Amino acid sequence: MSAPPLLSIEQLARHFGALNAVNGVSLAIAPRERRAIIGPNGAGKTTLFNLITGHLAPSGGRILFGGDLITGLPPHAVARRGISRSFQRTNLFPKLSVRENLRLAAAADGRGSYNLFGSVGRLRAPLDKAVEVAEAVGLAPRLDEPAGRLSYGEQRQLEVGVALAISPKLLLLDEPTAGMSPEETQRMTRMLEGLPREITLLIIEHDMDVVSSLADRVTVLHYGEVLVEGTFGEVKTDPRVYEVYLGTA
Amino acid sequence: MPFLLDLFAQALNGLSYGVLLFLLSVGLTLIFGMLDVVNLAHGSFYMLGAYAGLTLIGVTNNFWLALAVAPVAVGVIGVLIERGCLRPLYRRGPLDQVLLTFGLIYLFEDLVKWIWGGKIRSIPPPDLFAGSVTLWGATVPSYRLFVIVFGLAMAVALWLLIERTRLGAIIRAGVFDAEMAAGLGINIQRVFTGVFAFGAALAGLSGVIAGPIQSAQPPMGATILIPALIVVVVGGLGSLKGSLVGSLIIGQAETFGKVWLPGASMLMIYVVMAAIVLLRPHGLFGRPLK
Amino acid sequence: MIPRLILAAALVAALAAFPLFAGNYPVKLLQEILIWGIFAMSLDLLMGYAGMVSFGHSAFFGVGGYVAALALLKSPGPVSALLLPAAAAALAALVIGFFSIRVSGVYFIMLTLAFSQMFYAVTFQAAWLGAEDGIVGVPRPVALGLDTGRPLQFHLYLVAVVTLAALALWRIVRSPFGHVLRGIHENEPRMEAVGYAVNRYKLLAFVIAGTVAGLAGSLYTQQVGSITPDAFLWTTSGEALLMVIIGGTGTLGGAVLGAAAFILLQSMVSSYTERWMLILGLTFVLLVLFAPGGIVGALRGRIGIRS
Repeated sequence: MSAPPLLSIEQLARHFGALNAVNGVSLAIAPRERRAIIGPNGAGKTTLFNLITGHLAPSGGRILFGGDLITGLPPHAVARRGISRSFQRTNLFPKLSVRENLRLAAAADGRGSYNLFGSVGRLRAPLDKAVEVAEAVGLAPRLDEPAGRLSYGEQRQLEVGVALAISPKLLLLDEPTAGMSPEETQRMTRMLEGLPREITLLIIEHDMDVVSSLADRVTVLHYGEVLVEGTFGEVKTDPRVYEVYLGTA
Repeated sequence: MPFLLDLFAQALNGLSYGVLLFLLSVGLTLIFGMLDVVNLAHGSFYMLGAYAGLTLIGVTNNFWLALAVAPVAVGVIGVLIERGCLRPLYRRGPLDQVLLTFGLIYLFEDLVKWIWGGKIRSIPPPDLFAGSVTLWGATVPSYRLFVIVFGLAMAVALWLLIERTRLGAIIRAGVFDAEMAAGLGINIQRVFTGVFAFGAALAGLSGVIAGPIQSAQPPMGATILIPALIVVVVGGLGSLKGSLVGSLIIGQAETFGKVWLPGASMLMIYVVMAAIVLLRPHGLFGRPLK
Repeated sequence: MIPRLILAAALVAALAAFPLFAGNYPVKLLQEILIWGIFAMSLDLLMGYAGMVSFGHSAFFGVGGYVAALALLKSPGPVSALLLPAAAAALAALVIGFFSIRVSGVYFIMLTLAFSQMFYAVTFQAAWLGAEDGIVGVPRPVALGLDTGRPLQFHLYLVAVVTLAALALWRIVRSPFGHVLRGIHENEPRMEAVGYAVNRYKLLAFVIAGTVAGLAGSLYTQQVGSITPDAFLWTTSGEALLMVIIGGTGTLGGAVLGAAAFILLQSMVSSYTERWMLILGLTFVLLVLFAPGGIVGALRGRIGIRS
């Protein structure tokens, strides 16, 4: 890697009592890279995300973003640095409209949000961003629907949209296509492919078609450790990965 | 040395008051910790216990009978309340529970006032402990000593129940994660009702025991609720250990507050609470809620 | 459709003109409703919009009331009547909020309750604050160009202050800040995850609510002419909570309706029977079990509006 990594994880660990959910993971993600994290259930993938975003404190190791140490920062500080995340279980504002879901995320940089007597309509930037993101994720016709009334697939799109609306440098996607039909999965994949390369992607996925379409490189996690890393082709043919997925490991 | 004797006598007072708080707060902390229910009417169970004790002693002239029966009666009331009023509210969150149990406070207090009248009714201690005892030079009512010994015995019994029996394990599991416990096949509804009734019975027991010390009056439930809540805040939700340690601390704080800061005695327990909460926001032995 | 502004103005005018049509007792009741209404409204900002259930709101009501009493006895002007009580309540809210907002749910409820009781404990025993009897003989101020010592002028002054406070709360709820609060109420963890320093917003909401509550307490002292430690009792907080719930949380206006319902009910029932506490308690229980949306919720259900 010639340029310094955008995200650098060094010997990251997290124990829950006797359970080593993440056990000495080291990773480096380059800017503009698209990395997939795969591995069987319980491999520590979501825990890894929780550690990066500050939802969990690590038991050991360091995380550097853009060269700065971010280990132990609270979630809102991590988000402000430019790391955004979508969740495996849809995590929206159900009673609020799609537009408001996106606008709230876009307004999170705080400018204008302490305004006690003004009007939301006057803050153009977040409103415009909301429309822009809605179009990007294919939800423009549904802008005024309450998020709770969207179909499951649409909610997953909005889930990614909310994470996008904060204009992140690094986007963490936790199983974006979970529970989706093949058509919905295709739509989501094409949408993700169409994202600007300035947004570095880190995706947890189980669907290998999605991984092969999107990922530049793949990291395989197993029992909280990095098993293999490489391009999709390399990883696909690695005998250790085969074993892990077929349960002999 | 009169100063030390005074200190000793006061400490014993604080201890006996702490026992009352302990019995009251155990039920409260288990109910909070497991059912996630804010039961403000817990003080009412205390009051009902005192008045049930008053009536039973009046009728049978037997303190020990009252001690055994009154808590059971209060426990039954607890079952009715849990089944009738609280069960529909589990999914609805703390707001509705606060409101409903707040309404129950008004209801019970006025009901008691209606039936027994608003005046203070004194309750005599049992003949066995009606006198006083001289301990290392300090004269102490023997009833207080009984309360302390009884309280410590109850603490041990509760500890054994919670930590060493299967029922206790189920309760602990429910406090830790009710959903998961239900998923393991435990009839969580019945455990909830049981824990609630048990907590109510303990509160009633505390009320009976408190009778000879504090007398019976309708506002007594609301009055003792606050120190009991502070004990739970200080000790941590759902923790038996927290209840014990918390009630010892608060019991002593309130008693010595009266001695050392007569002009601001009521402030003492809040200062102690604020100090503890500053360092450990969830209490000494508590955990953040899910 | 008659624009809401005209309706609102008509309402305010009717409230202001009320003493011309009604006797002393109804006017006093109306004033109580306005004072408790704004108190409950400030609590609704906290509960219905920020999702913070506080059982210690009486702390700020009481602080406002006591500061107003002390200040008005020295100098009966607008600073004593409005500015100082509000500022004192804001400070109290800042301190209590700092302690309490680090936790949530049941812990938050209990901490806020305990803090308000602490104020009760202090004022109950403080001789310089009148101890159990509180402070009496508090004069009404000369403010907003009115000599509120005269009944009609006091009424106008009260309606004006309450209207301004209600207007301020109404604007705040619609502002960008209000939208953030709503987001926090809907999904606090996600708000954190997208970059909001949630605790800061909650603290600000707590301080705003406390400030308005302090204003209400001050108005109470001015209306009654005295203040006692009972203002700090947890039952005072509980009754405000009740008013918000009766009216419907998250509606602002519902809080005033709830206050009216509570005060009128209490007034009616206590004139018929000594057992009004019993009836009130029973009413709460039945209300919670059978009418969870409150008055406004029931009305909305009838008309089929969603907001």
